Amino acid sequence: MQDKKRVSQKNKYSIKNITKGSGFSAFSSALLAIALGLIFGFVIMLFANPGSAFKGFNYILTGGLSRFGNVLYFATPILMTGLAVGFAFRMGLFNIGASGQYTMGMFFALYVGFMWDLPTGIHWIVAILAGMLGGMIWGFIPGIFKALLNVNEVITSIMFNYIGMYFVDMWIRSNSTMYISTMSRTNYVPLSAQIPSLGVEGSNVNFGIIFAVILGIVLYIVLEKTTFGYELKATGFNKHAADYAGMKGKRNIVLTMIIAGGLAGLGGAFLILSPSGIAGSSMTYEPVNIIAANGFNGIAVALLGNSHPIGIIFSSFFISHIQRGGSLANLVGYKPEIIDVVIAVIIYFSAFAMIMNAALGRFIRKYITHKEVEVPVIEPDASEEIKKEAE
Amino acid sequence: MENYIIEMLNITKEFPGIKANDNITLNLKKGEVHALLGENGAGKSTLMSVLFGLYQPEKGEIRKNGEVVKVNNPNDANALGIGMVHQHFKLVEIFTVLENIILGVEPNKMGFLQKQEAREKVVELSERYGLKINPDAVIEDISVGMQQRVEILKMLYRDNEILIFDEPTAVLTPQEITELLKIMREFANEGKSILFITHKLNEIMEAADRCTVLRKGKYIGTVNVKESNKEELSKMMVGRDVNFKVDKEDAKPKDVVLSVKNMTVPSKHHKNNAVKNVSLDVRAGEIVCLAGIEGNGQSEFVYALTGLEKMIGGSITLSGKDITNASVRERSVAGLSHIPEDRHKHGLVLEYSLEQNMVLQRYWQPEFQKNGFIKFDAVREYSEKLIDQYDVRSGQGPITTVRSMSGGNQQKAIISREIDKDHDLLIAVQPTRGLDVGAIEYIHKQLVARRDAGKGVLLVSLELDEVMNVSDRILVMYEGEIVGELDPKKSTVQELGLYMSGAKRNTKKEIDNAG
Repeated sequence: MQDKKRVSQKNKYSIKNITKGSGFSAFSSALLAIALGLIFGFVIMLFANPGSAFKGFNYILTGGLSRFGNVLYFATPILMTGLAVGFAFRMGLFNIGASGQYTMGMFFALYVGFMWDLPTGIHWIVAILAGMLGGMIWGFIPGIFKALLNVNEVITSIMFNYIGMYFVDMWIRSNSTMYISTMSRTNYVPLSAQIPSLGVEGSNVNFGIIFAVILGIVLYIVLEKTTFGYELKATGFNKHAADYAGMKGKRNIVLTMIIAGGLAGLGGAFLILSPSGIAGSSMTYEPVNIIAANGFNGIAVALLGNSHPIGIIFSSFFISHIQRGGSLANLVGYKPEIIDVVIAVIIYFSAFAMIMNAALGRFIRKYITHKEVEVPVIEPDASEEIKKEAE
Repeated sequence: MENYIIEMLNITKEFPGIKANDNITLNLKKGEVHALLGENGAGKSTLMSVLFGLYQPEKGEIRKNGEVVKVNNPNDANALGIGMVHQHFKLVEIFTVLENIILGVEPNKMGFLQKQEAREKVVELSERYGLKINPDAVIEDISVGMQQRVEILKMLYRDNEILIFDEPTAVLTPQEITELLKIMREFANEGKSILFITHKLNEIMEAADRCTVLRKGKYIGTVNVKESNKEELSKMMVGRDVNFKVDKEDAKPKDVVLSVKNMTVPSKHHKNNAVKNVSLDVRAGEIVCLAGIEGNGQSEFVYALTGLEKMIGGSITLSGKDITNASVRERSVAGLSHIPEDRHKHGLVLEYSLEQNMVLQRYWQPEFQKNGFIKFDAVREYSEKLIDQYDVRSGQGPITTVRSMSGGNQQKAIISREIDKDHDLLIAVQPTRGLDVGAIEYIHKQLVARRDAGKGVLLVSLELDEVMNVSDRILVMYEGEIVGELDPKKSTVQELGLYMSGAKRNTKKEIDNAG
C-alpha cells in the first residue's frame, strides 16, 4: 500500500501521468477541435474569397482582442446557457431547452425591471433573481415530466422553446410600458434595473460576466465537492447504479432541470439588463417570433467545454472571441455567415476530436516518453498480475 | 509428424502494454475434442479470435493441414471451415431460426431467396445430430438452449469442420450440458475437430481428449485428459493448489432475519407474473440458495426484495421490521446488503474511482459528509482500509478508475463494500459469475464467514457446484415459483437438475412442511 502511494506521488508530474489525466484529454481535445476547425475555416475562406483570405482570417483570430470588453459581454449569455446545458448533461439529461429558459428569464427580468418600482441598488438585483426564477420554471416543467412520466426531456424542452418564445412575444407586444410598437422592440430598461457597467470604454461589459464566472466556479464546486454533485454525476454515468445505491433519481432529475433552467434564465437576465454603450440606453428585445440563438450556442459552448464548468468558461470566451473577430471580417468582404460556418466546423470537429484525442495521448506517450506506454487496455487481469510479478 | 488439422505456432498477440498471447502453440488433431483451459484474462478468447480472424497476431503462423494460411477476417475463417459459437450468441432476435441459420449464405436464384432448399438442409442436419429446433420459431421466443442449437446448426450448415465453442455450458441446465457434451463427442467421432473453451474442469474430464492450459497469456502445457486429473489441471491453470471443497461447518440457524410472504412481481417481458406468490424465510447463520435456470424469476425476486422493482402482492419483513414499501435506501439502512447480479449495471459506477465506488452506499452518512460537502480524507482513509483488508488490487489504489480494474477485483470491491456496511442479511446474486477459480474460492470463503458471523445469506446462483457446495439449504425456482426445497447434503446434482428444468416438483404442501 505504502509503496503504491509513493510510486503514484513520484510520477505525479511526469508526461505519462499528465497525458493520462482526464483534464488533459478534455483540454487537448478542445485544442485539437479548435485547430482543425480553424484550418478548415481558413480553407472555406480561401474558396469564398481567395484574395482577402489571409486578412479575413487574421481578423477572426485577433479581431476580438481589440474589442475585449465586448468579447466578455457577448460571452456572458452563452456562458450561462453553456452552463445550463453542460450541468444537465453531467446528469445525463440533454437540456436542449436552454433557449426557452433563457427567453423566459429575459421576460421575467424585463417585467420586474419595467413594472416594479424598487429602490436603486436593489432593483437590478431583484430583476436578475426574477430572471432566474423564470428560467427555473421553464426548466422545472420538462424535469417533472421526465421524472414522473418518463417523457423524453429533449422533446418537451424543444416544445417549451416554442411555447416560451411565443408567450413572451405575446406578453411583450401587449404591454405598452415595455413595448414600443413603432420601433417593434422593447423600451430601454429603467436605469435602476440596469446591471452596473464595468466601465470599459466602447463596450457594454458589465457585472454580469463576473457573476457568470463566479457561478461557473460555484457549479464546479457543487459537482466536484458535494454529495449532490456525487449523486448527479453517478446518475449521469450509470443511472442503474444510482438507483441501486438508493439515490433519489426523480428528485435529482427535477432539481437538475430547475438549476439548469435557472442558469439559462440568469443568462437572459444578464443580457437584457445590460446598459449599452450609449448613456441611458440599454439592450432591447425584438419580439419577432425567432427562437433565441444564444440557447443553442450554449450547446456548442458546453460541447467544446466538455461539460466541465471551468472548461465552459473558457469555451464561451473563445466562441465569443471568434464571433467578434468574425464580425470584423466583413470589412474585407466576407459575409457574416462565413464566421457561423467556421464556428459550426469547430463544434463539429469537437465531437469527434474526443475520439482522436485518445490516439493523440497515446502518440505523445509513445514518442516522448520513449515507449513508456499505457498498461491495461484489454485483459487487465493478466497485465496486473504480470506487473506484480515484475515488482 | 502427426496429423494436425490446425496448428497455431508461436502466436504472439500484443495489445498496448500487454502481451495477451505470448508465444503460444496449439495443435488440433482431426477428430478430437480439444479443451482450452485458463482463468479469465489468460488469453483464451484472444487466441480463438486470432484463429477466427478477428485479430491479427504480431508473430507466429497458422497452418491448416500443414500449409500456412492467412486468416484476415471471419469470412476467411469460414472459407477454411472454421466456425465459432460465441459466448454471447450472435443471432438476430426478430428473425426465425431458419433465417438466422442461412444468414450471410442465403441460397438464391437471381437474388430471390430459396428458402425451401435451405429448410431441407437444416431439417436434415437437425435430425442427423438430434439438434431439436423449430425452423419457423422466432429467436426471441425460444429458450437459450435452443438458441445455442441454432448457433451450432449455423456452423454445420456452413460445412465447417473445425468448431470452436466459447464457454458453451454457462447458460445450460445439467441435462442440457450432458446433451451438448454428447453431441460434441459425436462431431469428433465423425471427424470434425472441436475446440472447447471452458474453465469447468468436470466438463473437460468428461468430454475432452486433450487439454491445453494457458496462464497470463503464456502457454503452460498440453495434456492428455485421460492421463491427468482435475487437481493437476487446476494447478496448471492457477499456478497453485486449489481447494474445491468449501470448508465449512454445519450451519447453526438462529432467528428468522428475512421473511417474504406471497410475493408477486409482474414481468417486464410478458403478461404473466415473473414471481408468483413466493414465500421464503432466511435465518441468521445460514446460507439459503435460490437455484434455478436463468430467467425463472430469480432476478425479479431480488429486484423486488431490494426495492429496485415494485411488487404487486405480498410482504417483506427484515429483522422484524416491515419493509414492504420501504425505499432502496431505507432497506439498506434497515440491514440489507446486496451484491448485485450485474456488477457493471448496478454495482459500480465504472467511470468513478475506486474510492468513490467504495462509498457508493454510504457517501451520505455523517462519517463521509458534512453539510453536503464530501469529506475526501475520510473517503480516502476508509477505502484504503477496505482495499487493504480485502486485498482489492488495482493500478493506482484508491484513485484507480474502476473501469480499468479486472473483473475479479471489481467484484472484490463490491463485496468489501457490502460486507463492511452494517447488515443483517447479505443478498449475493451470482457473485462468482465470470470469475476465475482463485477469486471464486475467495468469495465463497467470505460468504461462509458472513454466515458464521451470524448474518443471514441469500445466495442466488446458476452454478451447480456453487449451489451444492456453499449453501445450507436450496430452494429451486422454476417459472416464478419455488418448486422444491433440497438439502445439499442429501441431494444429487441430477436431482437438482430435474427440479430446475421443471421435470419434478414438490407440492406446495410438501414445501411448507419442509420449511
